[in-house]
Amino acid sequence: MEQERAVLEVKDLTVAYRIGERWLEAIRDINLSIFCGQIYGLVGESGSGKTTLAMSILNYLGQNGRILKGSIVFDGEEISQYPKEKMRSFWGSKIALVPQNPLSSLNPTLTVGEQVQEVLRLHLKMPEAAARKRVVELFEQVRLAEPQRVARSYPHQISGGMQQRVMIAMALAASPRLLLLDEPTTSLDVTTQASILDLIKELIQGQDMAVLYVTHNLGVVVELCHRVAVLYAGELVEDAPLEEIFRQPLHPYTFGLLKSVPKLGQNKKEQVLSSIPGQIPALAQRGSGCIFQSRCPIALDICAERPPLESIDAKRSSRCFRWQELLRGEIPLEKLFEAEGEALQASIPVQQKSEAAALDAQGIIVEFESHASLFESLARRSSRKVKAVKDVSIRIEAGDTLGLVGESGSGKTSLARAISGLNEPEAGSIRIYGLSAAPKLSKRNRDVLRRLQMVFQNPEEALNPFMTVGESLRRQLFVLQGIRGEEAQRLAEEMVKAVQLPLDVLNRRPNQLSGGEKQRIAIARAFITNPDVVIADEPVSSLDVSVQATILNLINRLQGNFNNGLLFISHNLAIVGYLADQIAVIYLGALMQLCRAVDLFKPPYHPYTEALLSAVPSVELGKKAQTIRLEGELPSPTERIEGCPFHSRCPRKIGEICERQAPPWRVDESTQKRIYCHYTLEELTELQSPILDVGL
Amino acid sequence: MVKYLLRRFGFLILTLLITSMVIFAATQLLPGDVARVILGREAGEAALQALREELGLNDPVPVQYGRWLVNFVRGDWGKSYSTKSEIRPLVIGRLRNSLMLAVVILVISVPVAIFLGVVAGLNENKWIDNVVSIASLAVVGLPEFVTGLVLIQIFAFRLRWFPANSSIRPTTSFLEALPMLILPALTATLVLLAYIARLTRAGVIEELKQQYVRTADLKGLPYRVVIFKHVLRNALIPTITVIAISMGWLISGLIVIENVFNYPGLGRLMVFAIDRRDLPLLQAVTMVAVLGFALSNLLADILYAILDPRIRLG
Amino acid sequence: MGFEVDVRHTSGSVDGQPPSTPTSTYIQLAGWTKVVLFIRALLSKPASALGLIIFVVFLFLALFGPFLAPYGVNEQIAADAGQPPSAKHWFGTDNLGRDVFSRVVLGAREILSLAGFGTAIAVLFGTTIGLASGYIGGWFDEILMRIFDGLLAMPLLLLALLLLGTLGPSKSSVLLVIIIVYTPIVSRVVRSVVLSVRQRGFIEAARLRGENLPYLLFREILPSVLPALAVEAALRFSYAIFLVASLGFLGVGVQPPSPDWGLMVREARNNVNQMPWAMYYPAAAIAVIVIGVNLLADGIKRVLLESK
Repeated sequence: MEQERAVLEVKDLTVAYRIGERWLEAIRDINLSIFCGQIYGLVGESGSGKTTLAMSILNYLGQNGRILKGSIVFDGEEISQYPKEKMRSFWGSKIALVPQNPLSSLNPTLTVGEQVQEVLRLHLKMPEAAARKRVVELFEQVRLAEPQRVARSYPHQISGGMQQRVMIAMALAASPRLLLLDEPTTSLDVTTQASILDLIKELIQGQDMAVLYVTHNLGVVVELCHRVAVLYAGELVEDAPLEEIFRQPLHPYTFGLLKSVPKLGQNKKEQVLSSIPGQIPALAQRGSGCIFQSRCPIALDICAERPPLESIDAKRSSRCFRWQELLRGEIPLEKLFEAEGEALQASIPVQQKSEAAALDAQGIIVEFESHASLFESLARRSSRKVKAVKDVSIRIEAGDTLGLVGESGSGKTSLARAISGLNEPEAGSIRIYGLSAAPKLSKRNRDVLRRLQMVFQNPEEALNPFMTVGESLRRQLFVLQGIRGEEAQRLAEEMVKAVQLPLDVLNRRPNQLSGGEKQRIAIARAFITNPDVVIADEPVSSLDVSVQATILNLINRLQGNFNNGLLFISHNLAIVGYLADQIAVIYLGALMQLCRAVDLFKPPYHPYTEALLSAVPSVELGKKAQTIRLEGELPSPTERIEGCPFHSRCPRKIGEICERQAPPWRVDESTQKRIYCHYTLEELTELQSPILDVGL
Repeated sequence: MVKYLLRRFGFLILTLLITSMVIFAATQLLPGDVARVILGREAGEAALQALREELGLNDPVPVQYGRWLVNFVRGDWGKSYSTKSEIRPLVIGRLRNSLMLAVVILVISVPVAIFLGVVAGLNENKWIDNVVSIASLAVVGLPEFVTGLVLIQIFAFRLRWFPANSSIRPTTSFLEALPMLILPALTATLVLLAYIARLTRAGVIEELKQQYVRTADLKGLPYRVVIFKHVLRNALIPTITVIAISMGWLISGLIVIENVFNYPGLGRLMVFAIDRRDLPLLQAVTMVAVLGFALSNLLADILYAILDPRIRLG
Repeated sequence: MGFEVDVRHTSGSVDGQPPSTPTSTYIQLAGWTKVVLFIRALLSKPASALGLIIFVVFLFLALFGPFLAPYGVNEQIAADAGQPPSAKHWFGTDNLGRDVFSRVVLGAREILSLAGFGTAIAVLFGTTIGLASGYIGGWFDEILMRIFDGLLAMPLLLLALLLLGTLGPSKSSVLLVIIIVYTPIVSRVVRSVVLSVRQRGFIEAARLRGENLPYLLFREILPSVLPALAVEAALRFSYAIFLVASLGFLGVGVQPPSPDWGLMVREARNNVNQMPWAMYYPAAAIAVIVIGVNLLADGIKRVLLESK
């Protein structure tokens, strides 16, 4: 394979964007070769320039983007200077793209069949009838149920997963030589992502084609790719075959990236996450030295100069002056990255259980009216109601973390908002250490309000942009506890130190902070009045991977110090599994499984939990006993579902009983694992095998 | 789609009801006595009382409103205070004239405006876009009477191509009226043209930023297919709404323009009604104009629903 | 061991591009730097620079008009009636012998104050109603919005004329009309921004600490509304000038002998062939100020809403 000519050869590519008056380099000196039959993973966080690289390869930069130097050779042809009109003969036929957001990438006013047909008619010169027939075949290949019907549908009529299948069919329609996949599963739920990945793997393996897979998700790379290139702040820092990069990364950034991510089955009790300090330098702040220098634990004086991308052997290369030491294992990177973590570990106190629960929410029901305009409520007395949360009860002990995990549309955020009072629940009781909290926020007094605080998902919107950080924190103290003046200032300073930020952030406004810093302040605001319960709704999901670990460690440590109950919500099983003591799995507004975090990965599982675990991209997929994939689509929220909420997609459905009768809660007395299923725990254990070999 | 249209229709009825209340309430705010307005200052108390009784002015306001609305819907629009004649034939005749003018305006301005808007939008920030943008911004800002007076000065007084006065008679046919329609139509066209072109341009620019345009490009489709089949298909659907909204501008503009050119349309009738404080006439004219505006909006909704699959099949 | 590295890019920077702040950066700066930067940004493009200059000139006329005008508003010099522009009467005189230049200069205060106060009050009412309606929602919001729909189902001039027909033409009627016509429009704009802002984390955090309604509306939400509000206010102001002039022209607005430009055009129309200057100078004044404020509004929009 190495002998033949590469399908794509990128040499010393530098691309810049015009920002105001200046041209700023978004990617620098990129070298990359992709051969036929190869799936090349390009990994990078946001701001790494990975999309810029993909768009440069397509020669499709916007008006403010320009290739400054370097070459892009496609099948022996230098294309980097071709004008747009010349590129049109490459696009779609020789180079194809599968983009990130399928819905916005499809024309809303044309049927999806027509949009795929266009490619066939244009590049394969197929007549209309043949093209129509071929579209149906293609749709069958991408596993679209009812391909004929789908072909006649408009994009808004089909689900996100189906839209992405259409995009894949469109990209493959003219059998391109080079396929670019730009985060094709990022906007999808984990179960849908799993089946799309299966499909991509099946379709492209053994094809006469080179593939560049762009992603921020290391797990996906592991599932799919032969080679991995790691991009950091516009530079390629490491490039190696998959196994080697995971076995022994030869750049400190790669190492940090791998270690800062909780692995499925890892828990905070065993190991503190390594975290990379700082953040990716902005475009304007990229100096002439090693790009990773400011965050690197092993930087030397020499790193003020820019290291070259050095070949280690025929197969791999690294942009680190100290790769030889790393190769010989002379640098204990693990220890260096964990320096902060170790101190942390010591400060985590042994959590004590008390009798009254920090949070006890019973029978929560949340309903939304689907249309509530004046006219319609007049026209129809009883408006349609959507049950977002159906009779859910949870309990969190002091110092404990309950991880609530579910896909989008599962009702996890609705539940959190109902408990916090932001949305008034239809029914249910909420108690904090036995003290009843009114369902309506305006009915809660200052004491109850102080006891329950929240951290929100999007750090960009978490802080009032017109107040300084100090004002935000002091306001919290004043309103909830009547603390003002010097005392408030002192507490605010202490809290800022606790979230590991310099004191001068108190005088700054949010637009002067990075996303991770904003989220730290949001966390500080939630904890500053020492609440009994903190609800964190996807607090790290909009942050970059290398920043996530810091935030997770921070939440963990603060909770340890204050000993409050934490409701941690996430769609990410590994993160929930890492941070939580107890785990609740939610589907369509109903709890499916409740158990200790340590028991989550051991059978028996609820069939939905089993599917979720199986869907998580994993390094050792081969060792999974079976792959479970969910069929069909998430039922519409307005649909009334009898029996078990999961029956329409359950791979282990027993039969009619699941459709008719609500399942019982099956309880394991020794571990307190609770599963909502018609199968008994014994039967499930019999049917299932461990999905992970976690050796617990 | 039926459900969507029914909902739009329901909204229309509801809005019209509220508007009719506004119109009725506004005309009831009048300080002073309607009967005295009609009969004059010297009228005796007995005569006033009799007239009040006849007009139902002694009934509670909601009853008066209900009676007025029912009568209006049945076609009984009452008698004018000032001309003492039936209102309906008067208003209908004037409506015909206004519609005649409106049709001429729309036929000229809509195609040209869309063309200019599309050209400007596709060439964002190039010279042609700058010319269209700045010119349209200037024209949109000018009050119609200023534009109208300038056009009169040029085309009527200097060049003597068209008459400055457009006071047609009720019996004048369309073709006979046409030369007199040109200047008023041109005045309104300038404003409307600029308005529609600006919004069309914004629509095209917005649409060009959408990701499906990238998809179409990256399929390798030729530029003209990308533009005509993909971009314009989506960019032009909203122009229907734009045109419907611009009907509001047109109606406002017509009121002024008709007064500039002494054109006997609804706008002049309205100013006449205000001058004479002729409330029934004012109510009727306003209701007709509002109805026209509402119907054009409904028409736009229907067209939109037919053309946009997201609504048609939503 | 499995790896799960998953980040949802719900926000944050576009790859390879600097992050953009969700709200305009100008308004977040403090004090005079903000004003200076704002004006500099307006001056950076010729169109908005021209708009700003025109506005400042007319504002100057409105403030110091009485010191600049050589004659009184209604000072009639019978001997000079119908004079063309000359050194004595720069813009000539009208049929009553009034100095057109003085009337145009003094009319600036008339029209700018009427449009300015009307807009200011409408913005004040509209903002309060829009904030409350958007944030509280529910029936309160529904009923208000339906009433506004009813009001706005009428083309603006139609509504204005309807109100003037009942109130009778006068300066205070015109003021009231501007307020009634523009309050619903402003409150709709404010409401739509509130709807997009109210689910943001910092508002919810404020609710979770039990802030009262006025604090939430005016301290937490209002600042985020300000950029859109400033743009809307500038636009409304330009339309208000437009409206005052149009009503004056139709003879249903400000009444004689006020030096309202629209009214001056109306009065001079009958003698346009004998003394065109009496009509064209006030008409030009209207055109220049309306276009100027329009350009300025467009510039404010560019700076506040479109700047990244």
